[in-house]
Amino acid sequence: MATTKHTLVALVTDKPGVLNRMASMFRRRGFNIESIAVGHSELPNLSRMTIVVDGTTTSVEQVRKQLDKVVDVVKVSDISGDAIISRELALIKVKATSSSRSEIIEIVDIFRASIVDVASDSVTIEVTGDEEKISSLFNLLRAFGIKEVARTGRIAMVRGEPGPLPMEEKTARAKRQK
Amino acid sequence: MKMTGAQILCESLVREGVEVIFGILGGSVLPLYDTLPQYPQLRHILVRHEQGAAHAADGYARATGKVGVCMATSGPGATNLVTGIANAYLDSVSIVAITGQVARPFIGKDAFQEIDITGITLPITKHNYLVLDAGSLAETVKEAFHLTRSGRPGPVLIDLPRDVQIEQAEFHYPSRVDLPGYKPTLQGHPAQIKKAAKLINEARQPLIIAGRGVIISGAYNELKELAERAQIPVVTTLLGISCFPESHVLSYGMLGMHGMAYANMAVAAADVLITIGMRFDDRATAKVSAFAPHAHIIHIDIDPAEIGKNVRVDVPIVGDVKVVLNALNKLIISTPHIDWIEQLDGWRREHPSIEIRDTEGLLPQFVICKIYEVTRGEAIIVTGVGQHQMWAAQHCCYDRPNSIISSGGLGTMGFGLPAAIGAKVGCPGDMVWLIDGDGSFQMTIQELATIVQDNIAVKIAIIHNSYLGMVRQWQELFYGKRYVATPLSGPDYVKIAEAYGLPGLRVTRKAEVIPAIQQAMDEPGPFLIDFVVEPEENVYPMVPPGAALAEVLEAPKEKAKVLSDSAKLSVSNI
Ligand SMILES: Cc1ncc(C[n+]2csc(CCOP(=O)(O)OP(=O)(O)O)c2C)c(N)n1
Ligand SMILES: [Mg+2]
Repeated sequence: MATTKHTLVALVTDKPGVLNRMASMFRRRGFNIESIAVGHSELPNLSRMTIVVDGTTTSVEQVRKQLDKVVDVVKVSDISGDAIISRELALIKVKATSSSRSEIIEIVDIFRASIVDVASDSVTIEVTGDEEKISSLFNLLRAFGIKEVARTGRIAMVRGEPGPLPMEEKTARAKRQK
Repeated sequence: MKMTGAQILCESLVREGVEVIFGILGGSVLPLYDTLPQYPQLRHILVRHEQGAAHAADGYARATGKVGVCMATSGPGATNLVTGIANAYLDSVSIVAITGQVARPFIGKDAFQEIDITGITLPITKHNYLVLDAGSLAETVKEAFHLTRSGRPGPVLIDLPRDVQIEQAEFHYPSRVDLPGYKPTLQGHPAQIKKAAKLINEARQPLIIAGRGVIISGAYNELKELAERAQIPVVTTLLGISCFPESHVLSYGMLGMHGMAYANMAVAAADVLITIGMRFDDRATAKVSAFAPHAHIIHIDIDPAEIGKNVRVDVPIVGDVKVVLNALNKLIISTPHIDWIEQLDGWRREHPSIEIRDTEGLLPQFVICKIYEVTRGEAIIVTGVGQHQMWAAQHCCYDRPNSIISSGGLGTMGFGLPAAIGAKVGCPGDMVWLIDGDGSFQMTIQELATIVQDNIAVKIAIIHNSYLGMVRQWQELFYGKRYVATPLSGPDYVKIAEAYGLPGLRVTRKAEVIPAIQQAMDEPGPFLIDFVVEPEENVYPMVPPGAALAEVLEAPKEKAKVLSDSAKLSVSNI
């Protein structure tokens, strides 16, 4: 994976407008954000965001600090240096004829992706993996003609023991429940 | 006990120690205003434009160290606050802005006077709230006041729909806030403080650059102790002025674009810079790549995001200035930097920077100097934005802590008069002088009605040069003297004063200056003086845009004959 891409993970309180606050800050500071993925965390009231920043155009340390300044952001970590599992999900709709379909299935199998929909002139493929894997699959499928693509952006987690991130979440939760 | 949202707001404001609210009402805050008389502790001052309300709250907050509060109706009232909120944001001032909003069922429907003010102010507030039920209002106010005054201060806005003001809810004021994502660091990291102490103790040419953070933190004594103990010269940013007595032997004035030449030279020559509660604004650093080329930089600031933002830093210390300096001072060894200080004094002798020429005509610097002398430095000086602002910064000798109030980060013309109102309301026992430009003054001139209605004894000195002078100066120096759109007419200011109902005087000659200032001081209420000055005077020294700090333009030499009575020159030890 390209080392210039940094993965930041932020835990944010589930309040209306939080995403807007963060997006507004990114825009105002001129930060170049490659992707943001948002979803629930293991804790009530806290969402988890995975933010990918291109370190060549943007100071990752500034992004981290400015994120930390947003009052609704409880915790931010740059986990790029850690051993992480990172995944992205993509749905790719490819043109398929009776003659090309088997070739597509072969490629899909190699990538351990799956076909989730078949129509008379297309198939839709679901694939998860890191960006590189998805891009390689995408490049191979291009020859058949790509009709539509949806990608989620990266989500990531540090391998093994819970890192510093969840530890502090607990205290945050304990505080909230008081 | 059950109360209406409006009552809950007022109860909460009282509990936060609020005494004054600057504002203008309208449809969406009527329930709130209707409730105000139940709380006589909350004095409301009616301004004439909401920008004035925000600036007045700002001036009040800077002068008192308390939280300033302003209030406006939804839509245009709220948008009129925006400049004032932005001004407070860039200068880290504690204000809470309360805006009315259309009733909840109308939100999102483009109702009459509906505007998304939380959206608009997102990038210019420390935090903001749209309150959607009266039951959460007390907690919101508690959080808002906690946020605005703790850590790095900044404006907080509370948007309150009209029907929430009427809604009944149980009132209980929380004793503490619950903000898991907000924990300002106050204590500096001990290892970093040790590193800083080592650098300082080994420095041969150390220099302190002090900013507004020192004033916010009230770290006057701690700064003085650091400077005196290790004999470190001190320069300040514009907003740092008065955080260290300017008549002190170790004070070398303001740095930056219109700073003292010797202060800028000192920055360029320093081997260790101790930067305290400042944020390396480009007006202070000039060309960043050439800033302090020989120095190891120690940066003390409460906002971690300021560290390394504009300038590389060798020893960052995140924490409250006062707390950090207290810890740092214990590790500082007394070292006389005799040669270094002698060098600075030499530069000051060779580049006195702010001499005032002996002229027939009335120079703006002369006027400002006399205001300082006649008030014996006891006034709080408030300024507009432009040349007069820089002369006010240069030519008064600020010894009293927190004795100048000026718009730094946003450079907001029109800040002066309303900010002076706020300062005077907050500190009624202090003399407040507004030194304003004729252009700046005309931007919020309507607040003259406010000072008359509420008898706010602000003394107003208009530096009337018939130009948007600072811009004219740039046109003169960098745009071939093409004075496009800078010549400026104005009303007869004395008649204007009279029309609004306050006494005024016009001064055109040197001999009239002191008696006029004296007369203004003798007057118990507000007073206006229209000082008609030389129109094409320039502010020197000046670091041209894009140049390095040490590349200072000084006043042209042919105008060599000088008066030596600049206040700062006569008091500083040279
Ligand atoms: C609201 C606003 N508009 C424009 C400017 C740009 N500007 C900076 S200084 C200045 C001239 C100020 O004129 P005046 O108040 O008369 O002060 P002088 O420089 O003449 O002392 C202008 C237009 C500004 N700082 N603020
Ligand atoms: Mg002018």
